Amino acid sequence: MTRYLLRRLFLMGFVFLALSLLAFSLGYLFPGDVVQNVSGLRPIDDNQRQQLISYYQLDQNILQQYLAFLGRITQGDWGLSFSSQQPLLHEIKLLLPATLELAAYALLLSFIIGIPLGILAAFKPDNIIGKSISALAMVGYSLPIFWWGLLLIMFFSLALGWLPSAGRIGVLYEIPHSSGFMLYDILQADINYRNEALHNALQHLFLPTIVLATFPTTVMIRFVRDAMLNVWEQNYIKTARAKGLNRGQVLYRHGLRNALLPVIRQIGLQFSTLITLAMLTEVIFSWPGIGRWLIDSIYQRNYPAIQAGLLVISTMVITINMLTEILHAFFNPLARRG
Amino acid sequence: MNLSIKHFVYPIYSCAMLSALLLLAGCQPQLPEAARSGLVYCSEGSPESFNPQLVTSGTTIDIISQQLYDRLVDINPDNGDIIAGLATSWQVSADGTRYQFTLRDNVSFHSTHYFSPGRKFNASDVVFTFNRITDPLHPFHLQGGGVYPYFQSVDWASLVKQVEAIDDHTVVFKLQRPDSSFLSNLTTDFAAILSAEYGQKLLAAKQPAQIDRLPVGTGPFRFREYQKDILVRLYRNKNYWRGDTQPEQLVFDIVPNNARRMAKLFTHECDIVSYPRVAELELIAARPDVTVQESTSMNVGFWAFNTQKPPFDQLAVRQALAMAINRAAILQAVYYGQATPAYGILPPTSWAYNDGLPAPVYSPAKARALLAEAGYPNGFTMDIWAMPVQRLYNPNALKMAELMQADLAQIGVKANIVSYEWNSFRQKLGNFEHDSVLIGWAADNPDPDNFFRPLLSCAARDSGSNRANWCDPAFDEIISEALLTANQQQRRALYLTAQQYLHQQQPLVAIAHSQRFQAISSSVSGVTINPYGGIALQHAKRVEP
Repeated sequence: MTRYLLRRLFLMGFVFLALSLLAFSLGYLFPGDVVQNVSGLRPIDDNQRQQLISYYQLDQNILQQYLAFLGRITQGDWGLSFSSQQPLLHEIKLLLPATLELAAYALLLSFIIGIPLGILAAFKPDNIIGKSISALAMVGYSLPIFWWGLLLIMFFSLALGWLPSAGRIGVLYEIPHSSGFMLYDILQADINYRNEALHNALQHLFLPTIVLATFPTTVMIRFVRDAMLNVWEQNYIKTARAKGLNRGQVLYRHGLRNALLPVIRQIGLQFSTLITLAMLTEVIFSWPGIGRWLIDSIYQRNYPAIQAGLLVISTMVITINMLTEILHAFFNPLARRG
Repeated sequence: MNLSIKHFVYPIYSCAMLSALLLLAGCQPQLPEAARSGLVYCSEGSPESFNPQLVTSGTTIDIISQQLYDRLVDINPDNGDIIAGLATSWQVSADGTRYQFTLRDNVSFHSTHYFSPGRKFNASDVVFTFNRITDPLHPFHLQGGGVYPYFQSVDWASLVKQVEAIDDHTVVFKLQRPDSSFLSNLTTDFAAILSAEYGQKLLAAKQPAQIDRLPVGTGPFRFREYQKDILVRLYRNKNYWRGDTQPEQLVFDIVPNNARRMAKLFTHECDIVSYPRVAELELIAARPDVTVQESTSMNVGFWAFNTQKPPFDQLAVRQALAMAINRAAILQAVYYGQATPAYGILPPTSWAYNDGLPAPVYSPAKARALLAEAGYPNGFTMDIWAMPVQRLYNPNALKMAELMQADLAQIGVKANIVSYEWNSFRQKLGNFEHDSVLIGWAADNPDPDNFFRPLLSCAARDSGSNRANWCDPAFDEIISEALLTANQQQRRALYLTAQQYLHQQQPLVAIAHSQRFQAISSSVSGVTINPYGGIALQHAKRVEP
């Protein structure tokens, strides 16, 4: 296991090296003035320019510049956003929790719904329940998320008026910012309208979570179903049955544990799709997260912000990927050899 | 098997129940007090600054001016008269160069989480406010770039010689020359009064930049928080001197997307939406829970040529282009008939309106002849810059540009449509990088000068707000002369001449004066459209159903 971990970490080091090189080169590849792209400051007068060039070591050779870039990134100096002239890292810190919160709930929902449904579909692959679950999963898998989100807004917000159409919480509820995770912030805030605020926040969370959970849920259903069908054919299941265990016992002790192993790995693989979909969901529901911010930045040609957003999101995806790989290896001795 | 199925069905069942509960609960929203008397205004953009002196954008003015600040004098929105604001009375000297204001007693600046005022409003605040604009040695003059667009466009620095506090309650403005639009300029949303004490405190704390970010004024609401691109939160100013502010809380929810703003109005997430799309008015009016308000507004949408750039420096070319445009089609397709065709830049509701101006001609044949005469028998290629945002005076500049592109093709002129993100768009316009631009102007006060000097004077060209890049000494002389007298008859005569002159010179083509619309939830009363500048929300009130 230790050897496996070391090997993984070594690999991760290379990935991050490549990522930092890409992010570094973006400052030069983006159109416009390099000093502006790197610092995010604008407009820049001549006096400032000299200072900035020496601060960012732009007069040095390219290796020096890269090392200086690495130093700044690790020290938390990520430059300024073109549009707000605020430090990027600060902006990202405010926005990232919103995205993580949404993604986490959606992922959780996809487990809660996807795994049982998948098992159910595997048990009765040929009867009406199994077939309709598979059909539903297929439909959900092919739904364009934009269309699906708008449809839900049209139905639940505009036609029925039950749920709000945008945002994280009704704007009239003032929630003091502490962690950035809305539900946590509400619960530990010192306000006399906590219950109402919580209720309101849940209402806001409902549609985006459903929309974002749709895709991972269907993936989960299909994956669990296939894995379960596969495991159910194995000899050790037959042995266990032959030893006299009933179906429930076999399912818990032998079936689930083996079928869910690849699912753990799947979480890591799905995470990057989940983040991409979260960006779309954020746009549809005006969710103030990093995805919407990044898309706005692209529209506004806010290069420093694009660079920082890329760095954060890629780091996040790579880390989660790696963590689930390690977790998978931890549960599955076979994978450690790979 | 039975066992396992039950096990797996249960979580699904409980999930479904939970969702059903959520949905049902959604039917009866229970609002706490802080939210119940609060009001949500859905704004089309983020404010650029919290100091009205520094901006001209209507979006920003709507959010900050009337809510956070007061002015020395105000306009009565009903008849356009100048009424008392922070100044209770004023005297003008016989030669019209000395204005003495008596200030209101017992007015407090906002007490917020970042500033507690130690004294009441007095004359030093007025001096502080106006010296910031004119005095290069003022500690805040260069803060925020030292650009005061509105004041520069009316040549404020060369007009005001001195602002002097005689005592705590008396302040005197000494002018270089008489200027009949002076009081009107003080009523605009840009002439907000700042706190000198707050300025001193920020200087002592070495945080001068905060003055434009964390505002302190005397207006009906005080600042609470601003989350960029998300919201601006204001609280009621309990000590407001007019004393009749209704909403406890006022939130500006920033929703740049039109359709989304409408959706939020329909789901009651917004109470007020400004500038609903004209195309959707019928749809909105059909709903029982939303009211549409309409009012004539002082504005003009126009097509300005960069008159320093060939071939637009030739009068014949400008005239030809003006003739090539089919306005009737534009009025129908872009304004949906909810606008008056413009003959000149001044709207018909102004007292200086020249009703003798000939109606614009639409004649591609004549336009082609004029072009040939100017030396372009085969036309030329040009850019039309279309602003990327919706404004009252031009609800859809891109569509207008497309229509004009087709019209221009008729006379052999190939037009390219150019657009940028709004902030860079205006920056590039200020540098006069354009050939021609579709933009417009909404009045800040009822004085006709507000249409001439900020739009077409040489001073406005230097400050970048003269989109036609046009500087004509003869025209400047007419409009300056009109400011020297307070006699309305004489002024009117001069403005009629000015309009005639513009008609001849055609630095820009006026297209339409648009109606202003506003959609309000039926449960809110007390909001009216102010024909001069920003929206005022202190009287808005939620009516219990």
